[in-house]
Amino acid sequence: MRKILRYISRYWFFLMVSIICAAVTVTLTLYIPILTGDAIDCILEPGKVNFPVLLNILKQMAVVIVAAAASQWIMTVCNNRIAYHVVRDIRRDAFRRIQILPFKYLDGHSYGEVVSRVISDVDQFSDGLIMGFTQLFTGVLTILGTLLFMFRENVAITLVVVCITPVSLLVAAFIARRTFQMFKLQSETRGEQTGLIDELIGNQKVVQAFGYEKRALERFDEVNGRLAKYSLRAIFFSSTTNPATRFVNSMVYAGVCITGALSVISGGISVGTLTCFLSYANQYTKPFNEISGVFTEFQNALACAARIFALIEEEPEVLEPEHAVVLQEARGNVDLENVHFSYVPEKKLIQDLNLHVKPGQRVAVVGPTGCGKTTVINLLMRFYDVNQGRISVDGTDIRGMTRKSLRENYGMVLQETWLKAGTVRENIVMGRPEASQEEVIAAAKAAHSHSFIKRLPQGYDTVLSEDGEGLSQGQKQLLCITRVMLCLPSMLILDEATSSIDTRTELQIQQAFSRMMQGRTSFIIAHRLSTIVDADVILVMKDGNIIEQGRHEELLAKKGFYANLYNSQFAEI
Amino acid sequence: MPPISVLTQSRVAERGKILKKLLVYLSDYKKETVLAPLFKMLEASFELLIPLVVQQIVDVGIAGGDRGYVIRMCLVMVALGIIGLVCAITAQYFSAKAAVGFAAGLRHSLFAHMQFLSYSQVDRIGTSTMVTRMTSDINQLQNGVNLVLRLFLRSPFIVLGAMIMAFTVDVKAALIFVLVIPLLSVVVFGVMLITIPLYKKVQSGLDRVLGITRGNLTGVRVIRAFRKEEEEIQQFEEENEKLTHMQMFVGKISAVMNPFTYVIVNGGLVALLWVGALRVEGNLLTQGAVMALVNYMSQILVELIKLANLIITVNKAVACGNRVEAILEMEPENQTVGQIGATQPADGAYAVEFDHISLMYPGAGDESLSDIDLRVKKGETVGIIGGTGSGKSSLVNLIPRFYEVTKGTVRVNGIPVENYDQQKLRGLIGVVPQKAVLFQGTIRDNLRMGKEDASEEELKRALEISQAAEFVFSRPEGLDGMVSQGGKNLSGGQRQRLTIARALVREPEILILDDSASALDYATDAALRRAIKNMKNIPTVFIVSQRTSSLMHADKILVLEDGEAVGLGTHEELLVDCSVYQEIYYSQYPDKRSRQEVQA
Repeated sequence: MRKILRYISRYWFFLMVSIICAAVTVTLTLYIPILTGDAIDCILEPGKVNFPVLLNILKQMAVVIVAAAASQWIMTVCNNRIAYHVVRDIRRDAFRRIQILPFKYLDGHSYGEVVSRVISDVDQFSDGLIMGFTQLFTGVLTILGTLLFMFRENVAITLVVVCITPVSLLVAAFIARRTFQMFKLQSETRGEQTGLIDELIGNQKVVQAFGYEKRALERFDEVNGRLAKYSLRAIFFSSTTNPATRFVNSMVYAGVCITGALSVISGGISVGTLTCFLSYANQYTKPFNEISGVFTEFQNALACAARIFALIEEEPEVLEPEHAVVLQEARGNVDLENVHFSYVPEKKLIQDLNLHVKPGQRVAVVGPTGCGKTTVINLLMRFYDVNQGRISVDGTDIRGMTRKSLRENYGMVLQETWLKAGTVRENIVMGRPEASQEEVIAAAKAAHSHSFIKRLPQGYDTVLSEDGEGLSQGQKQLLCITRVMLCLPSMLILDEATSSIDTRTELQIQQAFSRMMQGRTSFIIAHRLSTIVDADVILVMKDGNIIEQGRHEELLAKKGFYANLYNSQFAEI
Repeated sequence: MPPISVLTQSRVAERGKILKKLLVYLSDYKKETVLAPLFKMLEASFELLIPLVVQQIVDVGIAGGDRGYVIRMCLVMVALGIIGLVCAITAQYFSAKAAVGFAAGLRHSLFAHMQFLSYSQVDRIGTSTMVTRMTSDINQLQNGVNLVLRLFLRSPFIVLGAMIMAFTVDVKAALIFVLVIPLLSVVVFGVMLITIPLYKKVQSGLDRVLGITRGNLTGVRVIRAFRKEEEEIQQFEEENEKLTHMQMFVGKISAVMNPFTYVIVNGGLVALLWVGALRVEGNLLTQGAVMALVNYMSQILVELIKLANLIITVNKAVACGNRVEAILEMEPENQTVGQIGATQPADGAYAVEFDHISLMYPGAGDESLSDIDLRVKKGETVGIIGGTGSGKSSLVNLIPRFYEVTKGTVRVNGIPVENYDQQKLRGLIGVVPQKAVLFQGTIRDNLRMGKEDASEEELKRALEISQAAEFVFSRPEGLDGMVSQGGKNLSGGQRQRLTIARALVREPEILILDDSASALDYATDAALRRAIKNMKNIPTVFIVSQRTSSLMHADKILVLEDGEAVGLGTHEELLVDCSVYQEIYYSQYPDKRSRQEVQA
């Protein structure tokens, strides 16, 4: 709650204005029925109409009306300002935090989840909390103000109103409690249905290939039927709230009418006062309904706020030491000493890994899926920190240098191709924004992407969508390779870089790679063993350990795990 | 006719046009659809009577000092309230029933419709879009229908009703209503007309912020590797700022609505009091009548605000309805469906024939396959090899008629695929897609997808052939083991083997392995191919692959490049006379090349 206030307090000026305007608006709005009542008292019967007083009252009314409207407008504008700016600030902070969150967090949460926190949770929070706050504030003010005005006018009638109104709250609360279960059931079933739709529609090609359409529809209909049943209950029962509270309100109205009219007859109050009370009776119950709605919104909003702040306050990556070394042009000496690492403490992954790479060496990592190949890359790039031991580049522990400079010295092509929404050129120059067009084309030619880029509708200026729609997987991969070709740092990491490219193109790229790798320390991960035959060191990993290490010929001669793996690709039927 | 109802009428007409097709789904709920608004109007009528009762209390009861009358009239009010409550709840029930039934029916039809869309239509729409249509769009529609049934008639009815009642009280004074209502309508609907397109802009601004956030998260490794965090932040803040500005702008405009309506209604009130005073003085009106007029005025204000909210919801619902309908209106392609069921190849007929076929995807600039001619005998194994995007998968997708050829004919057992009953045709074929997709449920459920009544024996056999028996039966649950959504609890290789088993359970005449061995290691791949060769009824097999090792033992190999056939023959033949094949082969077996060169 305090965190929320911190965000709001930046706009304390608007908050103050808003609160003052709310008070003014409520007071003026409540004053109107009194004036109306007074006016009606001026209109008794023919010949008994007090025109001078009436005119005076009407003039007053006009002023009050305009003033109330004006202050209401100012209040709304202030509230909007607070709400939208707080949302903006929270989103900004959340996004900034995402940039420095450790991969442990990012890999552990689906990005859909994080996105929904930044987008919809923040929206719900602002709707629920900030709009809710103003509704609550004006609501409470209206109730108090009405009570005050009413008590001043007549105590007996006011007591009638005060006694009956809470009934409407009770009714609303009763219905809300009863329907909560139904809504829960509805949203559970809805979730189940969405899951099913996602699965069946998302993989529709498979469904069609197996002639599964009818049974898919049966499965869907079963859930759909249940959902309809639960929805009907949830919607119907919750929709009784409105008529029920309206009914209670009309009882209040009738109550005021009966006591009021009787007091008029006994001369306690005037007809004008009765009118005034009747309109109060209407106004008075409305904020109660609003407030009861606000409370559920509040709970929801607080839950949303908790999720957002959990993200904003998530522990960031370990801070860089104050005098972190800036790694200049690295020579490419990479040493891993007694490295231990696991993502979760219960499941040990890399244990006591030692590796010394001299500048210009090519290191290949092979092994079955899940053996920790990619983890090695995560450690080298310092996406994760080692649990024990140390990794150093040119003799300096990488934890002692700035992340920026370390990563600058690596060129990386990953298995998962990621392209930014933007032009082809923008995607290529990511590592070197100042590159000239000639340099870009030269890099593209080296990576064998020039010919297909040329054939795109606008060549290098073709705008790509976020997931590179319209490009084949191989073409996307070629673009990622071009990206690295352009900046050519002193160390390279190729994680299954050519896995989705056909072997012929791969061969051509391999040649480009070999040229690129000349004099550069490189780490290559591949499951196609043919691509790593010329590596200086091949690390064979299994279950997080390096079980074999050496050159291709040496490993073949050993007739161990690697030899098995290598020979299996020539298996004859 | 005052403008407000003209507006509503034109809206109704417009909506009617757009939603005509969707409203069919309400036709099963005709009774509910009619009764819901009817009961709502009944309730509204009782509400409209209240000010008249109050007038009677003031003019008769109070003026005459008749306490009994006052109490009687108040009891009438209570009675009106109870009847109103009953009517309202009845209306809520009917409208909820109609809305839910409508949504359920629509969801069913949409889902069924989607099942029969062709592959190219599915490609065009995109699955995430289809999921949104099925879920949130239909939910919005359900809300829309529910609200329309409840309020769309009620609110205008009360507004007009209040005015008419005012006329019955006093014609001259009621003229103020005639002035106030159009003014109010202009403000309410004017503000809405201005803000609705603006809100759409805000929504698209929000979409952009969302897009950046999502892109940032999916590409986090690349962004950090290239140290683009600052730029990303800058871009995000720019869009975020733009969004805030847009929201502020729209907010300012819509903030005008409430103060304006407030001024108009209360201005009307002031006028009403003045005119009322004059009329009372002239003995044309009573004090109670003035009160009744004042009450009607405030009823109008409440209803107009409700109506404005309602129109926003309806607008959203109409937009969703249009989107849903766009999908419903897509005619499933592959309309020319023949009746021919399972067939035996006539003597001399080929199991599969591609007769000079070409394929161009809708919207594509160039043909993906051009003039492919290939004939395959029953029991043969055909390998299809080629680079990324060379059209390998497209070619095999033509056999089950997932896509339609643009030129030429595809024949199965000598009969053009268009002449087959689609289900029967696909029943002949077992497909193992590139992406190993499994569904939530038991392994048994998944295997039985293509053949509902497959016996335990058949399942086991299929698992053995696909090299999946070992891992399936090494678990205690065996065939009853659960597959989680998307098969996340299985490794890529395990998923792939299960998808192969699934295709084999059908005992297909034609088996298509669309790059399916890519997640299998070489040894498993080889074992799989051996097992298929040893099957009782050897299927005609199509193997699509980039690896020569997967298909070098095929009876014939088709080499594709850029959608054209550049070679056809056995491994040995192609090594001699197909340069593309040679390049592919030697790129995978570099040492064989050197050997050959030595031999040469």
